[in-house]
Amino acid sequence: MRKFKEFIIEKLILLSGLASIFFVILIFLFLLKEGLSVFKSVSPLNFLFGKSWYPISEPAQLGIMPLILGSLLVTFGAAIISVPIGVACAIYIAEVAPLKIKEILKAGIELLAAIPSVVLGFIGMVTLVPWVKNIFHLPTGLTALSGSIMLAFMAMPTIVSIAEDALYSIPKTYKEGAFALGATHWQTIWRVMLPAASSGIIAAVMLGLGRVIGETMAVMMITGNAAVIPRSLLFPVRTLTATVAAEMGEAVVGSEHYFALFAIGIVLFIISFIINVSADLFLHRRKL
Amino acid sequence: MFRKIFLVIVALGFYSFAFAASKQNSIQIKGSDTMVNLVQAWAERFMAENPNEFIAVTGGGSGTGLSSLISGTCDIAMSSREIKQKEIDLAKQKGINPSETKVGLDGLAVIVHPANPVSQLTLDELAGIFTGKIANWKELGGKDEKIVILSREVNSGTHVYFKEHILRKNDPNSKEEFSPSALLLSSSQAIADEVANNPQAIGYYGMGYISAKQKPIAVAKDKTSEYVAPTIDNVLSGKYPVSRPLFIYTNGEPQGLVKKFDEFILSKEGQKIVLETDFVPIK
Repeated sequence: MRKFKEFIIEKLILLSGLASIFFVILIFLFLLKEGLSVFKSVSPLNFLFGKSWYPISEPAQLGIMPLILGSLLVTFGAAIISVPIGVACAIYIAEVAPLKIKEILKAGIELLAAIPSVVLGFIGMVTLVPWVKNIFHLPTGLTALSGSIMLAFMAMPTIVSIAEDALYSIPKTYKEGAFALGATHWQTIWRVMLPAASSGIIAAVMLGLGRVIGETMAVMMITGNAAVIPRSLLFPVRTLTATVAAEMGEAVVGSEHYFALFAIGIVLFIISFIINVSADLFLHRRKL
Repeated sequence: MFRKIFLVIVALGFYSFAFAASKQNSIQIKGSDTMVNLVQAWAERFMAENPNEFIAVTGGGSGTGLSSLISGTCDIAMSSREIKQKEIDLAKQKGINPSETKVGLDGLAVIVHPANPVSQLTLDELAGIFTGKIANWKELGGKDEKIVILSREVNSGTHVYFKEHILRKNDPNSKEEFSPSALLLSSSQAIADEVANNPQAIGYYGMGYISAKQKPIAVAKDKTSEYVAPTIDNVLSGKYPVSRPLFIYTNGEPQGLVKKFDEFILSKEGQKIVLETDFVPIK
């Protein structure tokens, strides 16, 4: 009887484990089925590298190059801002901060992670956007930079908490060895701790960026959504995610536009898949 | 403990039954953002007179409304543009037969910041601005500043109307498009806010949104004709060149509650509400 119970529980757990994989496969198949239909009317090359996105014109122009570049530019900007601050914050929490401050900081970062993105977008729209416009004397503050700054806030909690874990998991002997050789605290952090935790920190950065590239609401509100190939961070951009969100209501099920939006979904899926897999590779390299 | 939970579930079940039963007396309306305020006003007055009926109104854009009518998720689609042949074909495939009712007129206002010295433009100049051929206010007698073009997202009937009638000048073979650097904002309110804060911006929205924070541009058909401001009188007399009809679409001829609401809209009282919400009545 006990064995039987054990057997049932084991199988149930197995089933739950398989369920998530099963759903991912189902979702991916659905994406493929709907998205690939767009290539009946536009060639994959023209879709990926076309420079104009006019989905509702006759004939529709479905080139997502400006959207891909828009997403990458916003993500790149967010990385430049959030990586140094996030990693420095992780070092401070893991190595320098006294216990009390450490607790407060960790709670604060968790709180930052809990702010819904639409709230961040709204705050960005009323405070950050006019500010960016005035500082850089731009025609409009709805730019990639505004999006990057807001998204940096969203990537930070992920980067800090995973990088901090990476720093904690370095064997104590490394640090003790460095101190015994007469290294100062900073030398220890810079020359010993950071290189030892590097793969974990890179994984942290990757996962943070994965969050950024999939973010929709905040970027849709503050990046201006103009489908041009951006020349710098100070230009408006339209991201892949914002395009899907803004246009899915219009697209009649089964139309060319509808398939194109699913094809954008595939592109996004592939990008975040690459990011997550490389983060995973880095994490595992650390354990070897 | 378990009995309590059970009772709660049973109670919830009854509630949902009651809700489902009451659904027969409710209609879902979806579509044009331009028309949301108007239809909401109709719905409120209608519900005040008929307390047993329930009307839910949501925006999202004309395209959104029509595509939900086609997929059967709403009873009435409000639209600030005519239904496209493509959409009719799709609807027929799904066994839905869109029937059109004209319910009012709307003047489209082109707006700039109150501090902008430019206050009148011709249709050609408007087309030049929004396609990106005119990029600086200097060319129009304004300051030496870049023009920031604001447009609605592609699911907006206003976007489609503006493209077909201003950019393409009613020419079905024209290939003109909004300049790719146009900022696409998701609502008329967002355009109003951005114009109110940005002296370089130009945008468009339904006349009902005009407020003191934005300056409506007087528009002329060409250089030689009169510049006309977007007011109700000018739209009614046909002098203002940028106005369009507003429609509601139903599946087949309106029946039951939908018909009742339809009749209310076209009644004297309904058309009075059109005027109160800054649109132009058809009767």
